[in-house]
Amino acid sequence: MMMNRKLLVPLLVFALLMMLLAFGFSLRDPHYLPSELIDRPFPAFALADLHWPDRELTEDAVRGNISLVNIWATWCPNCLVEHPELMRISSEEDIPLIGVNYNDESAAARAWLNRYGNPYEFSIVDDAGRLAIDLGVYGAPETFIVDSNGVIRYRHVGPVTREVWGEILSPVIKQIGTPG
Amino acid sequence: MKVVSFLVLWLICPVAVATIDAYPFPDETLQVRYHEIIARLRCPQCLNTNLAGSDAMIARDLRREVHRLLLEGESDEAILDFMHQRYGDFILYKPRLMAGTWLLWFGPLVFLGIAGLILVIIVRHRKDVITPDVDRSRLDTLLAKHRRGQD
Repeated sequence: MMMNRKLLVPLLVFALLMMLLAFGFSLRDPHYLPSELIDRPFPAFALADLHWPDRELTEDAVRGNISLVNIWATWCPNCLVEHPELMRISSEEDIPLIGVNYNDESAAARAWLNRYGNPYEFSIVDDAGRLAIDLGVYGAPETFIVDSNGVIRYRHVGPVTREVWGEILSPVIKQIGTPG
Repeated sequence: MKVVSFLVLWLICPVAVATIDAYPFPDETLQVRYHEIIARLRCPQCLNTNLAGSDAMIARDLRREVHRLLLEGESDEAILDFMHQRYGDFILYKPRLMAGTWLLWFGPLVFLGIAGLILVIIVRHRKDVITPDVDRSRLDTLLAKHRRGQD
């Protein structure tokens, strides 16, 4: 009887290991990377406006209001997925949308906005991807919530859907909007 | 012969991928440092590849940044800091020593200590078992009797 009990030990260890691994794998999405930029000011930049190439935009352009800064590109399929929701936000919600056109051709980007509609107040031309690197971006689309002082408060990776707006972005914006 | 050439091709393929964007460097030491740095940085998009081995767009952009920072005369540590400030702990293949990574760095030592302790306990226990209180002369007579019986 004593011998039998000893035989169960490896099984028990195995079961424990399995439980630990199952827990580890369910912990979180491995693609989710915490942003280093939360509560840091929006990085400095000096880039052209997509529609007025002579106009230079700087980090001052994202100050003054709570705004959504959306990283987008014509080569990015998920940008098309989130586009209807961005159009809805721009017409129905009280928050300005600022685009960062990431690693793209400006002519193609303008044509894309003409075809599908332009939800952005303006789009920053980041054709070398430098601003995106300063933002810690590793793909598109990504969306940042920037407060009126130009401080990054939240980052969402992946398309903004109706659910993402309702469950994540909108509550964060409300919380920032109410002082204290 | 076909198999050999296939194997050779297969072996040199990753090298070919890694050298798609050959950046010009004024001297060889910078080039060596460039390759060391892009090997130490993880590609944020593809999780288990370094910048050197990735063809993702972000990896290309980050390699270009490493090249630019090197030409601007930045030190290796400053370039790793630049990446760490933007992409966090994830981007460094070798984690930094801090509160959150203490277990990662010293965990193996702790396990080694536990293993050593278990070994000591087992060896001590075994010593007790193999030195029983045997009556030597009785054992000898029994063995002698047994041998005689066999003859």
